[in-house]
Amino acid sequence: MTNKMQNEEGRMQNTDSIHPSSFITHPSLLKATFAIVQKDLAAEFRSFELVSAMLVFSLLVIIIFNFALELDVKVRQSVTAGVLWTTFAFAGTLGLNRSMATEKDRGCMDGLLLAPVDRSAIYFGKAISNLAFMLIVEAIVLPVYSVLYNVNLFRLDLIGIILLGSIGYVAVGTLLSAMSVQTRTREVLLPILLFPVAIPVLLAAVKASNGLLTGAEFAEVLIPLNILIVYDVVFIAVAFMVFDFVVEE
Amino acid sequence: MQSKPIALKILDVVSIIVLAISTYLALFFAPTELVMGQVQRVFYFHIGTAWVGMLGFIIAAVSGVAYLITKDMRWDRFEVAAVEVSTVFFFLTIVLGSIWARPAWNTWWTWDPRLTTAAVTELIYIAYFMLRQGIDDPEKRARFGAVYTLLGGVSAPITFMVIRLFRTIHPVIVGAANANQEKMSMNGDMKIAFFFALFAFTVIFVDLIWHRIRLGSLEDKVEQLKLKVSM
Repeated sequence: MTNKMQNEEGRMQNTDSIHPSSFITHPSLLKATFAIVQKDLAAEFRSFELVSAMLVFSLLVIIIFNFALELDVKVRQSVTAGVLWTTFAFAGTLGLNRSMATEKDRGCMDGLLLAPVDRSAIYFGKAISNLAFMLIVEAIVLPVYSVLYNVNLFRLDLIGIILLGSIGYVAVGTLLSAMSVQTRTREVLLPILLFPVAIPVLLAAVKASNGLLTGAEFAEVLIPLNILIVYDVVFIAVAFMVFDFVVEE
Repeated sequence: MQSKPIALKILDVVSIIVLAISTYLALFFAPTELVMGQVQRVFYFHIGTAWVGMLGFIIAAVSGVAYLITKDMRWDRFEVAAVEVSTVFFFLTIVLGSIWARPAWNTWWTWDPRLTTAAVTELIYIAYFMLRQGIDDPEKRARFGAVYTLLGGVSAPITFMVIRLFRTIHPVIVGAANANQEKMSMNGDMKIAFFFALFAFTVIFVDLIWHRIRLGSLEDKVEQLKLKVSM
């Protein structure tokens, strides 16, 4: 009887100890990623710290470009794509820096690392929320630019290019911001690390957007478009593989 | 202190000799180019330095991956050596190219694929040093450095492909992209000078890397000794 009870107890303990651990060792990557995205978005929608800073900064950059380049009708045609992407890139670094710095400053990063989830969930979670912030800013900057300069930027193909470009930029940016935030120079270092590596994605995005805006043939847009897709796939894969090395202690 | 290995001493001497021979071949032996004239002679060293600059970049990316897999600090020292030596050689390539471009293209600089990729690569190297400088923990420094060389190594070829979409005026030595691109032709003596320059700079590159690795391990030793003294 006692034996049986002990057995029973043992089994119960066993199942008790197996149950949470099996839950821990098999968490869905998708679920964990989604949880991090949710956390970031919830925090952001409460304060609007990041998006508002990125947005005001973007508008200021556009105003400065207006005077620096004398954006009259003729010039506008050829430089719109360049101005837009420069703005997105600068605003993007601002967001990337801030979003990683908050994790580091308040010790959230350690908490995330202690969480029993795959490390790549942290990467994908941060990357997706960074992408969301960038897209929100772009979604506001595009109509503002359209109104200010009387160019129609609401084209599905252009939005597709912007999405692809932003994905590539954020994919490398998230990885590098996780690195730069752990160095002595922190915020200063991110653009220095990011821009030389992100040049292909920015150039291809500018080239493709420019082709669309100037009404070039589709074949001409196709090559930079292909490069954008290649860059996105390659860098998401590389960042996914090396992110573990960046956050391990 | 361990003294300089005898093989390295020999390599030092060999480097100096091949550099002297290569200089002779480039400046006196090779015939004067018909169209460009004497300034074309800069091309032999330009290609030599560009070749080792690129070689170092690839070596750095490969040893970065090797470090991440093995976590052996020797790979890190190898990587730093390759990046450091390549930075200097790549800078030389750009300077020599500019000297050639001024009479040939009538400009010091143009945003051609090769030139732009070279400049971007040089910036990646500089960013790499700034990244390393900002980290105190040697293990973390090695890890981040390895990750960054890997990213740079993947991104540089894509940069080249993207900028190639724009028109290029850089003469193509090996493998023209399309038929209407300018292709430089070399005669026999020019080829000798050309390939010897490649060989000479490879030898010099190996010699310098060897020195840098040796310096790196001596640095580590000094650091350890300092720690021992302070304890």
